Amino acid sequence: MLFTVLTGLITSSLLIPFGKLVKAKWSIVLPLVPVLLFVFYLLHIPTILGGTNLVQHVDWVPSLGVNLDFRLDGLSLLFALLITGIGTAIFFYGRTYLKGHPYFDRFFAYLLLFMSAMLGVVLSNNILTLFVFWELTSISSFFLIGFNNDSKASRDSALSALSITGLGGFFLLAGLIYMGHIAGTFMISELFTKHDLIVDHPQYPLIVGLIFIGAFTKSAQFPFHFWLPGAMKAPTPVSAYLHSATMVKAGIYLLARFTPILGHTEIWNNTLLIVGGFTMVFAAIHALFRVDLKGILAYSTISALGVLTFLLGLGTQEAIIAAAVFILVHALYKATLFMVTGIIDHETHTRDLTKLGGLRKVLFPVFIAALLAALSSAGLPSTFGFIGKDLIYEATLHYKTNWTLWLTALAVITNIGLVAAGFMAGLKPFTGKLPPGFANVHLPYPSMWIPPLILGSLGLIFGVFPGYIGDIFNYQAANAIVQTDTAMHLKIWHGFNTVLLLSLATLLIGIVVYFFNKPSERKLAAVERLNSIAPQRIFSIIGRSTMRLSNWYTQTFHNGYLRSYHIKIIVFAEILLGYKLWISGPIHIKWDSLTPLSWYEVGIVAMLLGALYIIVTTRSRLTSVVSTSVIGYCICLMFVFYSAPDLAMTQFTIDTLTTVLFVLVLYKLPSFINITSRWLQLRDAVVALGFGVILSLIALRVLQEPNVTEISSFYGENSYLLAKGKNVVNTILVDFRGLDTMFETVVLSIAAIGVYSLIRLRLKSSEKE
Amino acid sequence: MELLLVIIIGLLYASGVYLILRRSMVKLLLGIMLLGNGTNILIFLLGKITKGSPPVINEAYKVFQDIYADPIPQALILTAIVISFALTSFAIVLLKRVYALVDSDDLDDLNTPEEEDL
Repeated sequence: MLFTVLTGLITSSLLIPFGKLVKAKWSIVLPLVPVLLFVFYLLHIPTILGGTNLVQHVDWVPSLGVNLDFRLDGLSLLFALLITGIGTAIFFYGRTYLKGHPYFDRFFAYLLLFMSAMLGVVLSNNILTLFVFWELTSISSFFLIGFNNDSKASRDSALSALSITGLGGFFLLAGLIYMGHIAGTFMISELFTKHDLIVDHPQYPLIVGLIFIGAFTKSAQFPFHFWLPGAMKAPTPVSAYLHSATMVKAGIYLLARFTPILGHTEIWNNTLLIVGGFTMVFAAIHALFRVDLKGILAYSTISALGVLTFLLGLGTQEAIIAAAVFILVHALYKATLFMVTGIIDHETHTRDLTKLGGLRKVLFPVFIAALLAALSSAGLPSTFGFIGKDLIYEATLHYKTNWTLWLTALAVITNIGLVAAGFMAGLKPFTGKLPPGFANVHLPYPSMWIPPLILGSLGLIFGVFPGYIGDIFNYQAANAIVQTDTAMHLKIWHGFNTVLLLSLATLLIGIVVYFFNKPSERKLAAVERLNSIAPQRIFSIIGRSTMRLSNWYTQTFHNGYLRSYHIKIIVFAEILLGYKLWISGPIHIKWDSLTPLSWYEVGIVAMLLGALYIIVTTRSRLTSVVSTSVIGYCICLMFVFYSAPDLAMTQFTIDTLTTVLFVLVLYKLPSFINITSRWLQLRDAVVALGFGVILSLIALRVLQEPNVTEISSFYGENSYLLAKGKNVVNTILVDFRGLDTMFETVVLSIAAIGVYSLIRLRLKSSEKE
Repeated sequence: MELLLVIIIGLLYASGVYLILRRSMVKLLLGIMLLGNGTNILIFLLGKITKGSPPVINEAYKVFQDIYADPIPQALILTAIVISFALTSFAIVLLKRVYALVDSDDLDDLNTPEEEDL
């Protein structure tokens, strides 16, 4: 199984060097990848049907418990087949859809990356590996939504999708780690046995809450649903693949996968019921007000995801079976409708329902595909959608609480909306009169209309042989969710009962709604007005504030002015040092141990302070340089008084050299200009004086510490005995610490080379302003 | 004398910090030099300062007969002086070069123009 995940990743990275070649000649190899993987998983159906689960283990980061563990059971297989099967259709379709696009290779690299990541999600047996792949789907989805990167709307939608799913991923990771920590294992197969341990843990509500946020953001449940309509800015193959058939179902997969681990509790079932129920009704009604084909499909997808969440929330065996079937039903008809929309958009350059009509005359095979999908979505008897809807009604009707009626009513309302939305997207553009502008619309290449036609027909074929199909695809998936044998067997005919009546009523009312609900811009505008209280507004306010905050932070702390960095570093140091001084106790001055003052020392100090005053206040560059050298000489004299002849000599030489160099180089510079305001000068003076005071206090504090002289006496005693020198400072430098001095010489040489080359470097004429 | 040195250290640091907060590049450089001088005196003060007895052994003896000034701070300061000279001289030449290129002593003129365009 590892190789199926790697195939896509490797092909994706191979597109970096060979992208141009593939784009020009060999683009046919791209769809072969999902085809091969699809066949691979088809071949595994018999094994899984026999009830065996395949397991594979590869060490990755064993020390952290993160390993490449894969496990193929019924649920994983259903998803793997969806990913590779729908992927096959999308790859063939997208190859023609994007023919000649400058970023053709890039598009397929992202798409392959996504396919691998998605396979990784559904195959992982380790929840941390699952999380890694989960994030990878968000990232590839980000690139695909923002694929038309010259459009601002596209980029914004990509960002909003990434922020929402990324935020959810963050919570999910916390939940997963917490759960793994409590259970003591990160392996899904082992977690199945820890259900009671986790559910009885006092932090169980927290874990469930965190994982719910992850699943709801990914699967676009209210109030996180709004990124999905935005994601429709992506090219249509992406919308069909990621944002209806596969990626958004990752959240559903997660909930289904964790049902045996975390499920069957009141928190679990009720939250899913409420969130799923609200989302499905809200989105189904919302879909009816859209005029953009993709908008209708986006909201009906949200509604379908709500239905799946709702079914998992019911949690009964019937509901789980319904969910397992509905995943397949929805993927088939929704991918078809999206691809049809893509063809319409590609050929007529509009997706506006108020402008489209009569296209059956020019796009007949596409019309057939759309019709089949719309009928399956409406749940006409003998389509696969009919089976799905029956199962949903059965699940709600047999739910044993006082709420049975209400839940069924919710499901009926949702399905009526979905029926009407399906007809709006699949039927409306093809019926009626053909507008004269579309008379020369022609069929695209067969590779574009054959995939939706096949998927659409499957909806019909599956509906005719539901028993056979259900056994192959859905039976083991449902078993994997409930972890027991569900003994499910789909039947095409249940006899005359309430479920059939409900189904027919839904269909009829849906058709009535379809005929009476004329899409119009006015209605859309009325709905749009509600946006001011919609959750996306809150999210966009949060987003804008974060942006403002980081902008303010950057402007304040990284504004590019050296002195501004200096002042922050210095003030910070002042605070730290001041605090340390404060807590280290009072300072005592040992007056008796101080060296007495003589008059010439006072004179030198006075001279030094005078020079210091001149440097700080003078306007003349030369004066300040000379004053610096005066300070140097004063210090030199102090070295003389206090028994440091070597220092005095060095200081004298160096100071002279520095001054000469300074004067030689800078004599032609203009005098200082006073550019900063009085207030700023005052502020800087306060900061500077504060720093000086703190350093003085540190010096005083050091004076009261006893002197440690062991090392000094070692050098003193051994200077002649070991190093044969009577000047101790010299022996330290050239003998005891000779290596240090050698490196110092190296530093000096490097500086000398730098100085020399800078002086020799001639200005090029182009560098002069 | 120690108290006077303490005051000098404080004032050298204060003027050094004040100068590196200016916009002028020359002042920045002078500020760094003052900070270096302040640090040297601080190190000097850390060893006990002693008058009139340098750490040099008398001609006639092989070891010290009397008290002597602490040689370690002196060795450290000597190194520091030399290294800071390397830094200062390189900075001075660099300053000249910058001045030749941008014709200004103002640090703000060195900020890249792209940033202002954004």
